[in-house]
Amino acid sequence: MLEIEDLTTTYGPVRAVDGVNLTVAPGAITAVLGANGAGKTTLLRTVSGLVRPRSGRIRMQGKDITRSPAELTVRGGLALVPEGGGVITELTVAENLRLGALWRGDRADRAHALREVCELFPPLEQRLSRPASTLSGGERQMLAIGRALMSRPRLLLLDEPSLGLAPMITARIMQVLRDLRASTGLTVLLVEQNARSALSIADDGVVLSLGQVVMTAPAEALLTDEALRHAYLGF
Amino acid sequence: MEQFLNLTLNGITSGAVYSALGLSLVIIYRATRVVNFAQPAFALISAYLAYSINQATGGYWLGFAVALLAGAVMGVLTERLLVRPVRHNELGAIIVTLGLLIVLQAVAGMVWSNEPHSFPYAFDFRGDFSPNSMFVVAAVAVTALAVLLLFRATPLGLRMRAAAFHPDAARMSGVRVGLMLTLGWGLASAVGSLAGMLAVPPFIFPNVLDGVFVYALTAAVIGGLDNPLGTIIGGFLLGVGLSYVSGYLGPELVTLAALAILVIVLAVRPNGLFGKALARSV
Repeated sequence: MLEIEDLTTTYGPVRAVDGVNLTVAPGAITAVLGANGAGKTTLLRTVSGLVRPRSGRIRMQGKDITRSPAELTVRGGLALVPEGGGVITELTVAENLRLGALWRGDRADRAHALREVCELFPPLEQRLSRPASTLSGGERQMLAIGRALMSRPRLLLLDEPSLGLAPMITARIMQVLRDLRASTGLTVLLVEQNARSALSIADDGVVLSLGQVVMTAPAEALLTDEALRHAYLGF
Repeated sequence: MEQFLNLTLNGITSGAVYSALGLSLVIIYRATRVVNFAQPAFALISAYLAYSINQATGGYWLGFAVALLAGAVMGVLTERLLVRPVRHNELGAIIVTLGLLIVLQAVAGMVWSNEPHSFPYAFDFRGDFSPNSMFVVAAVAVTALAVLLLFRATPLGLRMRAAAFHPDAARMSGVRVGLMLTLGWGLASAVGSLAGMLAVPPFIFPNVLDGVFVYALTAAVIGGLDNPLGTIIGGFLLGVGLSYVSGYLGPELVTLAALAILVIVLAVRPNGLFGKALARSV
């Protein structure tokens, strides 16, 4: 589904992502783990087209999207839930959701997507006409994921969806991701500092440090192998 | 009582113009955090073009249409060629628009001379609440309503608001943010040119819109600078208020009163009379 080859993204002299290779199979959930500043967010921003890489190659479903800007990658079936959600607080909940599907022409299709998202996240349905600024943190994260799903992505990138959320809400969001993968075959690339909750739903774990991949292993192994956990995840 | 009524009607007419020019400032400010000081110059050049066409053809409406179109084109070109290159520097963009104001006013003087030329009203302007006054109020009301509906009720408006409030999130939703900014500048400048066409008569000269611009900026500040509806209401309130000042206290106090209102609003309600929290999430 997604192939990243020798990807490097720099901010001035800083190599935030430094020669990353990563392959995500269709329908897989991959967790990208690592400390603050490891380059996780930059990796997602580069893949989604918000940031241009310095070198390397990104292919999605065989198609080269390395230099494709964000507003076009979303049309190719990729959606990003940025850190903090990126909910537009000046708009209503319904407007945020509608925005996610605007580029798709078919009205009936958009209405259908809206119903699906409301079923997935019932708290949103009751608050459709409210400003997004009135939502709680958990509801905002649901809205952010809901907006991304409105575009019916085949590949969903999530940047720290558990940040600042209560454990119960994090668990619920992880459950939704797992259900979506089961029902629609959605491929997920999940960036997390909360390694335990990410690995609980992931197939594979990738550990980044200073912009480089230092470890790739099945999630199961990362969770159970104490030596690996100590060395790379610090718990 | 009759004086009160007349002052109110006059105030509504001039307030309509402040609303429209204020609205053009707010559309751009909301999207780019730039106060477009060149807006009155766009309106001025547009009106001069209309003047030349009026002179050549003897008609009014062709010039009127060209003025609105010219405004839109100037807005689009300015965004693309002058503002976008300095977009990461808000102060830089403001200085660019200030410079453009000075240049365009000078160019207008060179091309059309600094002498006042007589400039026609759209309709008969004589009498209390004349046909022309009705046209001014109706044109602004229709335009304002159309702009508000565009923003509130259309997919394009939703894209424009998303691009203004949160460019990255808008891009991730497939919105072409750069295009939305360009469209916003074009729309705003067309509205500004409409305000200019309504404000200029009976005479056109390079500084004719300076006073109106100060009032429009005041209207925009009353509205909170990023609130289109608030600015429209602010423009009408200001027009009526200044009309009372002029009628009851003396016309020489009008500019002073406008500046006093501007200072008081900035001091007491810096987010505008209708403003919510100024803080924008980072």
